[in-house]
Amino acid sequence: MTIAAPEIRQESWLARLFQRDSVVVHAIIVGLIGIALAVVFDWARAWPAEWVIPVKAQISAFFVWLDKQATFGLFTVKQLTRTISWLIKQPLIWSEFLLWKGAKTHQLLPVIWQAIAAVAAVIVYRSRDLKTALIVAAAILAVVAIDGLPLILQSLTKSLRIDAWMEPQALIGVSQWPADILQSMTGSNRVRAFPWIAVVLGFGIFGHWAGGWRLAIIVTLCMSYLAFTGLWRESMKTFSLVVVAVPFSAILGLVLGVWVTRSERAAKIITPLFDLMQATPHLAYLVPVVVMFGAGQVPALIATMIFAMPPMARCTILAIQTVPSDITESGRMSGCTPRQLLWKVQLPSGQKTLLLGLNQVIMQTLAMVVICSLVGAQGLGHKLLFSLQQLKLGFATMQGAAIVLMAVVLDQITQAYARRSSDYVHHDEQSFWERHAHLIVFAGVLVASIIAAYITSHASTLGRDYLLFDNRDALELDKSIKAVTFAMIDFIKPIRDFLTVYTLIPMRDFYHLIPWTVVIGVIGVVSHRMGGWKLAALNVSLLFFVILAVGNWSYSVTTFYFVTSALVICVLIGVPLGIWCARSERVARVVMLICDTLQTFPSFIYLVPAIMLFRVGELAIIFAIIPYATVPAIRFTYLGLKKVPAVTIEAATMSGATPWQRLWKVELPVAIPEIMLGINQTIMMALAMTAITALIGGQDLGQEIYRALPTSDAGRGVMAGLGIASLGIVGDRLIGSWANKRKAELGVV
Amino acid sequence: MSQEMMIECRNVWKVFGEDPKAFLDRHGGNPSREAFIDEGYIGAVRDVSFDVHAGEILIIMGLSGSGKSTIIRCITRLNDPTAGTIIFEGSDLLAANEAEMIELRRHKMGMVFQNFGLLPHRDVLSNVAFPLEVQGVDTAARMARAKEMIDLVGLGGRENYYPRELSGGQQQRVGIARSLAVEPDVWFLDEPFSALDPLIRAEMQDEFIRLQRLLKKTIVFITHDFEEATKLADRIGIMKDGRMVQLCAPEEMVLHPADDYVAEFARNAPRDRIVSVGAVMDKTDGRSKTSKASIHVKDKIGKVAEQVLNSSTPVPVIDDEGVVVGKLSRERITTALFSETEI
Repeated sequence: MTIAAPEIRQESWLARLFQRDSVVVHAIIVGLIGIALAVVFDWARAWPAEWVIPVKAQISAFFVWLDKQATFGLFTVKQLTRTISWLIKQPLIWSEFLLWKGAKTHQLLPVIWQAIAAVAAVIVYRSRDLKTALIVAAAILAVVAIDGLPLILQSLTKSLRIDAWMEPQALIGVSQWPADILQSMTGSNRVRAFPWIAVVLGFGIFGHWAGGWRLAIIVTLCMSYLAFTGLWRESMKTFSLVVVAVPFSAILGLVLGVWVTRSERAAKIITPLFDLMQATPHLAYLVPVVVMFGAGQVPALIATMIFAMPPMARCTILAIQTVPSDITESGRMSGCTPRQLLWKVQLPSGQKTLLLGLNQVIMQTLAMVVICSLVGAQGLGHKLLFSLQQLKLGFATMQGAAIVLMAVVLDQITQAYARRSSDYVHHDEQSFWERHAHLIVFAGVLVASIIAAYITSHASTLGRDYLLFDNRDALELDKSIKAVTFAMIDFIKPIRDFLTVYTLIPMRDFYHLIPWTVVIGVIGVVSHRMGGWKLAALNVSLLFFVILAVGNWSYSVTTFYFVTSALVICVLIGVPLGIWCARSERVARVVMLICDTLQTFPSFIYLVPAIMLFRVGELAIIFAIIPYATVPAIRFTYLGLKKVPAVTIEAATMSGATPWQRLWKVELPVAIPEIMLGINQTIMMALAMTAITALIGGQDLGQEIYRALPTSDAGRGVMAGLGIASLGIVGDRLIGSWANKRKAELGVV
Repeated sequence: MSQEMMIECRNVWKVFGEDPKAFLDRHGGNPSREAFIDEGYIGAVRDVSFDVHAGEILIIMGLSGSGKSTIIRCITRLNDPTAGTIIFEGSDLLAANEAEMIELRRHKMGMVFQNFGLLPHRDVLSNVAFPLEVQGVDTAARMARAKEMIDLVGLGGRENYYPRELSGGQQQRVGIARSLAVEPDVWFLDEPFSALDPLIRAEMQDEFIRLQRLLKKTIVFITHDFEEATKLADRIGIMKDGRMVQLCAPEEMVLHPADDYVAEFARNAPRDRIVSVGAVMDKTDGRSKTSKASIHVKDKIGKVAEQVLNSSTPVPVIDDEGVVVGKLSRERITTALFSETEI
């Protein structure tokens, strides 16, 4: 600053707003030009149908071509997708077998022999060396394979649809022994899935290991709910998908994350791709997957794996980049090769962040698996969708609760695990039994429950008589919910109608009145001011090419209208709550607990109360968005105020500021960037939620995706999904970049 | 002290910025201060040349941002220098490829870090054994060696503790044990005691002196604490804005600082422990011996102050052979001890 400025002027904020070069003035000028254009030209009011670039049709045609004709020379794309399906199906077969399906004894032979070979290899490796161990394992498998060759051939010819020409038999029969022994022991040619007792107590024991008695009890109770409401099988169907998807997403995310930290070129390509992927709503992933892979469990898995991967990659990048430089340098000075540095230094040091990523992967996986019921994935989500469509609210509540409890269990357990495994404390000498107490107890429970399952089938899956809450209760609940809502409708209906007719619809109509020229022009001007020509070009072309020119403008306006309506309410609730939290630690504890819990719920769940209260319609949509999207507004306000340096507050107090003055003149101005980041998050979450609310109507982008699903119209679904992503990216680039810049200026990090 | 060279740095530059090499070339290898500012480059190390003698403790000091940490990272190639040559034990360090550098770090270099750089997921024993583990030393041998090192730094009995269960001083002992586990030829210490409380720091400095008496390593030691430097150093180099301003023995630095910057550092130095009698006495040509109570020419003035101040006449100064080479008066020693001006 120059010192020679004797004249001190303080302009009012209004005057500053309307200075000649202020962004407001520029925006108004551009807006007026936009309106003038709209008055004169038809095309500026609504994008003419004949000008629409047929991107949707082209994408759809492309996917049809991929599916029907495309070839890599040696094999077709169709064959490739079939192979991928087959590969993904293999682990799924096992998780389904273990968790709910069970299997015939002879189907188990391969895995039994693999297990025997693995155990033998470990034993040999412990006493001899790796080479001998591998030879022993290979020898066992070879003997078994030769012995069972006719059977293997038969199953191969079966899958190739060639009729078997002979009754196959094992050569000597060695390979069949385990099945024979099992069969003679149990007197049944079927092996059941894990008994529910084993799974419930297994979770409980793991909970105790990871987080002590409190967690053990919470987890056991939550899991018991699934068993005692007769939803066990459905829950395990959902869980079997989660079990397969999580390792895949986690490993892929880890690999991509590591790659980004190693190669600048990879970072340049992958990072924006992740931005796009995370801004794209769940539903949009389903459309291309359905086109390529059909409907069912496997396509659900594929969509889930892709959807849940970016958080892991992000956490991996973060984990590696936040390892203190002293630690990486000490690793390098110890003579680590780059690979040793990664595996022995960087990844273990960043373990806490990595496990946080795993937690996010698991939660995202569950959310996505539930939504995948839309493409025919079985499980809890499927049941819930069915109940919602039939307005069976009692059932929906019961099933919704099951999903919520499952989310709570998975979240609590992985968080406790993350805490435990990065809590490095030395232990005094422990005996083998002490060290493996949990594992031994679990083995005991498993064996006992399997034996029990052969004595009574209730130990395997609870029979109807033992349920604490069954379908009849659900029907009762249904009735009472209906009675309550019926009683409430007298109050709710006028409010709903009033809000809809006098605020929502006028607002929506007003939004639709604004010519696109104004919107794109103003956003261009603001973007230019915030981030230069590059940002302006990005935002304008996103809005123009991804939304307007492909004919999605009106849907986007509706989406935007839902989001802004919800946003207003979210901010009105969230910011004051956040301020209250910052004032009282006691309130903060309670509210943050609620926020944490709300955030673990799969987004699909929020439809249940919305439909209960408002049935279908625009208010229901907005109501469904609010609990989901308010959380970041509360959290970031609280965090922002907490981050105001104590010295600053003390200085304000000593200057004689009243608590209100302190809040308005000191704390809020410093916290505002953080709060804006929260609002940014709120917008992103509201956008994601609007896509899901497509189930209950609205002429928006989410509805477009939803409609594209059954018709497998890939282009329609993809462009609508990208449209939502574009809205999110534009919002994020404007608000997020402003907030981060301002934060740096204020020196609050 | 033998004058065998361990490390020779010649005209080393480390420039940060978009394309540092091109920037240096553009300005003939020696850009002006203005060029750095105009083109947005940062010269962390500018044209630094010095040698490290075998078996000496060379201390490099300076304020934060002076380039002292960067120069040590150039020598260890944690950061590659932009220009210059570094000779390590007679061979060109900058010509070494990554694999050769890994070999060098595994066998010839050890380093201690300001914030310890311990691996949080490993206990003390396996932290200390880590450099041996990555070399592929077998388990029994590396555990035995690590145990030996842990005992050496006085942490016996804590082998199974994790870093976060230890105090700062103990953590740095682990860092020291780890850096010594491979028996390095050169020992780099990057502000090893700066993160510690003053009392612990003094204790660790004594520990360091004890270790060095035992091990007699070649040491490059970075600090921003002048007192620490004078306590430990054979020679001190002072850096400012990426340049080496002065490199000499502590006494020389106190008595003849190269510029005001160095003088500022030296002002608060404990002269009584740095300056020797020989530097402040009045020289005499007489080659006689004396029977009077005398002081040695190499004694620090703090040690003889009482004797000199209590004597009404100047005290004779003798050398190793007992020959009188000068005398030291009360006035002389008072000036040397308490005056802030150059002597």
